[in-house]
Amino acid sequence: MLTLTLLGLLLLVALGLAAPFLRPHRLAPRLVHGLTGAMALALGVAAAIRLLAGGDVSELDLPFGLPWTGVHFRLDDLSCFFMAAINIASPMVMVFADGYARRQAEPARALAPLPVFLAACNLVLLANDAFVFLLAWELMSVATWLLVLANHRDAESRNAAFVYLAMASLSLLLLLLAFGAVAGGDGDFRFSAMREATERPALATVAVLLAMLGCGVKAGLVPLHIWLPLAHPAAPSHVSALLSGVMVKIALYGLARILFDLVGPPVWWWGVTLVVAGALSALLGILYALMQRDLKRLLAYSTIENVGLVVFALGLSLSFRANELFDLSALALAAALAHVLNHAFFKSLLFCGAGVIHEATHERDIEKLGGLVRRMPYTSLFMLMGALAAAGLPPLNGFVSEWLILQAVFASSSLQDNLPRLIVPLTGAALALTAALAAAGFVRAFGIAFLGRPRSEAAAKAVEPTGSMLTGLALLAGSCLVLGVFPVIGLKLAESAAHGVVGVDLPAGAIGWLFVSPLGSGGAAYAGFFVFLAILGMALGVRAFLGRIWPERRRRAAAWDCGFPDPNPATQYTASGYSQPLRRVFATSVFQARETVDMPPPGDARPAHLEVRLVDPAWNWGAEPVRRAIEAVTLRLNALQFLSIRRYLSLMFAALVTLLLIVAAGQQ
Amino acid sequence: MFSTIAYDLSHLAGATVLLAGFVVLYQRRLLGVFRAFALQSLAVAAAAAWQAYSQDAPHLYVTAAIAFLLKGIAAPIALNWIVRRLDIHRTVETAVGIGPTMLAGVGLVVLATLLVLPVTVSSAALTRETLAIALSVVLIGFLVMITRRNAITQVVGFMSLENGLVLAAVGVKGMPLVVEMSVAFSLLIAFILFGIFFFRIRERFDTLDLQSIESFRGERR
Repeated sequence: MLTLTLLGLLLLVALGLAAPFLRPHRLAPRLVHGLTGAMALALGVAAAIRLLAGGDVSELDLPFGLPWTGVHFRLDDLSCFFMAAINIASPMVMVFADGYARRQAEPARALAPLPVFLAACNLVLLANDAFVFLLAWELMSVATWLLVLANHRDAESRNAAFVYLAMASLSLLLLLLAFGAVAGGDGDFRFSAMREATERPALATVAVLLAMLGCGVKAGLVPLHIWLPLAHPAAPSHVSALLSGVMVKIALYGLARILFDLVGPPVWWWGVTLVVAGALSALLGILYALMQRDLKRLLAYSTIENVGLVVFALGLSLSFRANELFDLSALALAAALAHVLNHAFFKSLLFCGAGVIHEATHERDIEKLGGLVRRMPYTSLFMLMGALAAAGLPPLNGFVSEWLILQAVFASSSLQDNLPRLIVPLTGAALALTAALAAAGFVRAFGIAFLGRPRSEAAAKAVEPTGSMLTGLALLAGSCLVLGVFPVIGLKLAESAAHGVVGVDLPAGAIGWLFVSPLGSGGAAYAGFFVFLAILGMALGVRAFLGRIWPERRRRAAAWDCGFPDPNPATQYTASGYSQPLRRVFATSVFQARETVDMPPPGDARPAHLEVRLVDPAWNWGAEPVRRAIEAVTLRLNALQFLSIRRYLSLMFAALVTLLLIVAAGQQ
Repeated sequence: MFSTIAYDLSHLAGATVLLAGFVVLYQRRLLGVFRAFALQSLAVAAAAAWQAYSQDAPHLYVTAAIAFLLKGIAAPIALNWIVRRLDIHRTVETAVGIGPTMLAGVGLVVLATLLVLPVTVSSAALTRETLAIALSVVLIGFLVMITRRNAITQVVGFMSLENGLVLAAVGVKGMPLVVEMSVAFSLLIAFILFGIFFFRIRERFDTLDLQSIESFRGERR
């Protein structure tokens, strides 16, 4: 299986390399998307089957690569799970892309990097030594950079791609150092050697912190997330879907791989750090999403929120593990993994939907949309399902994993260390707030964009897409529903992977076809199918009841609207108005939100304007000072370019003597 | 008995090389620098020849011959000739005073000794001390290059550095490619010398002082 997988990845890379030559052909996009999707589907289904069948860990060492090391691959339960999670949603995105990409200005630009991107992501999952891991990681970064650059004529895209590339390089650097710290003085970069080390490496603290930062940059954890809300809106929508659904997941995989597998038994603060960082990301991410008017930016911030949830659950699992509560550790890990899977589906759905809306209206600003539910009924239905899933409402898939994460929080009272016992419930409360804010945020996004009356000409003339775009949305939405109604499908996969990592099963009967009761038979239980039936039954019942009260046919009449005969769509509730209370409560301090009202003097007929300014603290207090410092240092170092030969030699000499002195001092 | 003599003689040669390195360092006249360099090269040739005899490694004779002919005789003559032909100012233009340079040289020897002796505890005594001396010679050659402004002196510094490398290479038993290395370095140095001559920096800039080249390039700040 491992060999076949590697051959498949090689085929994907070959497809990517061949794509530029296929470009002139009319069917090239269809061919590339189709083949990439088929290959991903094959990989994903094979991985899922292997995971459920409980296959053995397979390893493969190939004799090329760096001298004396070779390259090492390994397929175990964790990598199988992530392979299934990223590869099953992406074919559906490819179906969507088949219709979507050809409407782009330059569809061919995203063709070549696409299969390479997918191959690199899968290769990260298969790596069994630090070199392969980092090489694949970097290949993934570069391919993503090219994908983000697909609209390269747009200055915003170029800027986003540059910020992304800079952050990706930072991530690579941090991970490189992290692996160096794990490998220790012997410099054995094989994962198997790190795994077999009996004691924790001497630099484990450094390694863990670097790994958290390095993977956090890629995953979009909050102080390091700055590239994410830039890159997602700049990229074409199918690429945004892959960024959220695939690449961010790979970063989470890297975090899980290093922390759970490579650095040895955990210390209590590892988990707590992740718990705090995750809760912070979730809360700030969704708060920021609530303030956005750009639909794709909103979704990007929602990705930050979901990454926060997953990281929170990973941290919880580590905390349980540090206390040797392996059952609960498995539960929290399974919850995290299930959320990875679910998020891949619903976020891909939402991004693809945003792409559909953008194609139909050329608008990403939700204040300019509205009334789409009448013009695009199917798209609206699918987007509603995606929004419900993202808001964490039953019977969709987002609910199941968020509920499991909260169940794990409730179990945290069995932790022995005092600090985690204190922090986990507090952050758990932040998660509850996050869930509520997410619901508000997606009500806002869906309500403003789809309900009411059109706020612009473009929205009034929007047309439902046909063909593969709609099929892609339908597939993704259907998956969300199936995974929500029968959570056992996703949870079995997650449980198998958690079993592979922690070595413990969830309690017997925890995950059944009808009931999910993660804490065993005595604990809370969720029956997705019955909830679905109940919701369906209630909806049909209400409809029947209303039909009985008002038996006449529905009639459409002019709105009363305070007696004005020709109501302007601008009188509707706006997105900014909807989020204003939350903005005043939360965002005034965190994001320094400032509202300025530009009111024309009496007699002036121009409309009044409300302007809201938001600041992302990560930019202002994190990225900006760093950028300025780098600029100052480089300006100063510029002088080094114009030295005389003698001075260059002196620099070399000084470096040599310094190193020799260090060696000499080390010997004493 | 033989080993003591081998030890003493190779030390004598190595110490001479090092001593000549210091002599290069404190010379104030170019011709003196050349003579000191010639002395150093001859000492390296002697060291190589003695190692060839005591290690019973005939290929080292080639190294010795190269050091003797090219660096001991040909290079100083060529340098003298260049100085005369190009009518170069015959004082050494120093960037750092002679006194501090000498002190720095002594410091480098201490550093080299401190470094090499503990690292090579397990190896034979012969190798250890030769290596310490060779590293000192390399560092002092480097020091010559950075504390002298004149291009000619920098070339001499480079050649003296290379002498240190050859000394290290011949001192280690069974070191491969010693001969090839010395041939390659000699060729490199020959090209540098030819380069100085053929480019006739003197004609264009009136001096071999590198500062003039910099001001011509407009890079002087």
